[in-house]
Amino acid sequence: MNLLSKSLIVVAALSVSACTEGGLFGRGGANDDALAPGAGAGVSDPTTVAYFQETVGDRVLFEVDQAVLTTSGQATLDAQASWLSDNPAYTAVVEGHADEQGTRQYNIALGARRADAAKAYLVSRGVAENRLSTVSFGKERPLAICSDEACYAQNRRAVTVLAAGGLAG
Amino acid sequence: MILRLIFFCFMAFAASAAWAQQGPLRIEITEGVIEPLPFAVPDFVAETGDAGQLGRDIARVIAADLTGTGLFRELPASAFISQVTDFGAQVQYADWKAINAQALITGAVATQGDRITVKFRLFDVFSGAPLGDGVQFGGTREGWRRMAHKVADAVYSRITGEGGYFDSRVVFVSESGPKGDRRKRLAIMDYDGANVLYLTGSESIVLAPRFSPNGDRVLYTSYETGSPRVYVLDVGSVNRRVLESGVGTMSFAPRFAPDGSRIVFSVSEGANTDIYEMDISSGQMGRLTNTPAIETAPSYSPDGSQIVFESDRSGNQQLYVMPANGGEPRRISFGEGRYGTPVWSPRGDLIAFTKQSKGRFHIGVMRTDGSEERLLTASFLDESPSWAPNGRVIMFNRETQGAQGRSSLYSVDITGRNLRPVSTPEGGSDPSWGPLQN
Repeated sequence: MNLLSKSLIVVAALSVSACTEGGLFGRGGANDDALAPGAGAGVSDPTTVAYFQETVGDRVLFEVDQAVLTTSGQATLDAQASWLSDNPAYTAVVEGHADEQGTRQYNIALGARRADAAKAYLVSRGVAENRLSTVSFGKERPLAICSDEACYAQNRRAVTVLAAGGLAG
Repeated sequence: MILRLIFFCFMAFAASAAWAQQGPLRIEITEGVIEPLPFAVPDFVAETGDAGQLGRDIARVIAADLTGTGLFRELPASAFISQVTDFGAQVQYADWKAINAQALITGAVATQGDRITVKFRLFDVFSGAPLGDGVQFGGTREGWRRMAHKVADAVYSRITGEGGYFDSRVVFVSESGPKGDRRKRLAIMDYDGANVLYLTGSESIVLAPRFSPNGDRVLYTSYETGSPRVYVLDVGSVNRRVLESGVGTMSFAPRFAPDGSRIVFSVSEGANTDIYEMDISSGQMGRLTNTPAIETAPSYSPDGSQIVFESDRSGNQQLYVMPANGGEPRRISFGEGRYGTPVWSPRGDLIAFTKQSKGRFHIGVMRTDGSEERLLTASFLDESPSWAPNGRVIMFNRETQGAQGRSSLYSVDITGRNLRPVSTPEGGSDPSWGPLQN
């Protein structure tokens, strides 16, 4: 059974809320409008995806054209690592993203650097490497839609998108 | 569609070929054209009963092709003194000279079932003589625009001395939906935006299609599997297959070698992105760069001996040239700002690029050693240059600023003049201009 179908079963089991974008629980990721199962009520339950997204924080932000983790980014990843060790049923895809101020191909490569920086940090904090994979969306999936720094800062991100069950490749 | 190209020489034209090189009806593009050359193209004469509309349509497409270059100016039919009702009749040069037409294009169209035949002649009005031989094309009725483009290509070539580019196609990414939910699918069209066909759906992100040298296949990047991979698509059948590199986690930025049998592309492994080549039929791979920097956007020289690419090994994006089998690259861009998306001109003389400087994006060209950099455009976001088959014109995409930002296609002459939008049904990005068709 592949990752997606397992995830869908978990979605069906956990939640009555609609999940329109498949089984990756990616609030800040490429499939942004996927509603986390149990969102709202789940925020107070530390075993839920919603808790991971809202309370732990599912993303870290980067400076312009940089893939170096900030201090607050490291703190977020510390909390993610801790959550992942408490919730071993989950794997994650770390998605790297860039703002629109760059050429398309370069931004894909830059997003790969950001995703890898976050993944490497999680591994350094004890998350098994085979629970994590990376992908870059370059500037193809902006989260904040405007053309100034207020939006760009939110788009330069690495988002840890949880998936239930199955080890990542 | 296969077009038959038939040259038929009128006996009276026999001496015209040598004349064409020394006659006054000549545009030297490199010297810069201040005043577009005035021309007339009366409706092509219908030689069969149902060809009237075709004759009018073909003349309109020829006129649009020529005026679209910025080098020609069409004289309106309302100004004509002579009417052309017989393709074989003697041209009344004085009537065309009187309205200051320097070039006159006459033609005729005949239909036979689904087939049409188009013929044309070009005249240098002030010399009172034909310019080159008459030419006849045959094809299908639905391919009539291609025959008009072939006439315009011949006229353009004879007057400028450059190769034409009108009978060509462009593959690009057709974009719909708002910026936060952009849907992308591959599309192919005539160079002027006509005859759009969609090659993929928009379920997955697709990026940066690139034509094969003869236009039969398209390389592109798709997120079909969730992660970017390089695909090759057959334009005729629309069948596609992934090109498995067997290395790295992402493959993107593919481009064909000039012989069409190999590709060059980027592979990301962890944080690192390098350039690889692959033999398409055997899948055999070769690694061309090996540094911790981002190396991407490779493009072959037309003779296949060198590759230009971008790397941030110096600290920010710059352009480099290396031998096609790898080896020590030399940096060619040294100006202020960042340089990316280099594309080697089909003539071999120039490299087009995207430059970011002081918060603006530019399309520019430089010589292959990096000298004589010239910026052709400036906007909030211009990128993805692609060369016309004659190396005179560049198509690219421009994204507008803000939440309502939209990407569309433009073309610009390498002189920096004649910036024009290319009309597409939806938004457009990542154009790849294919070869002149046969």
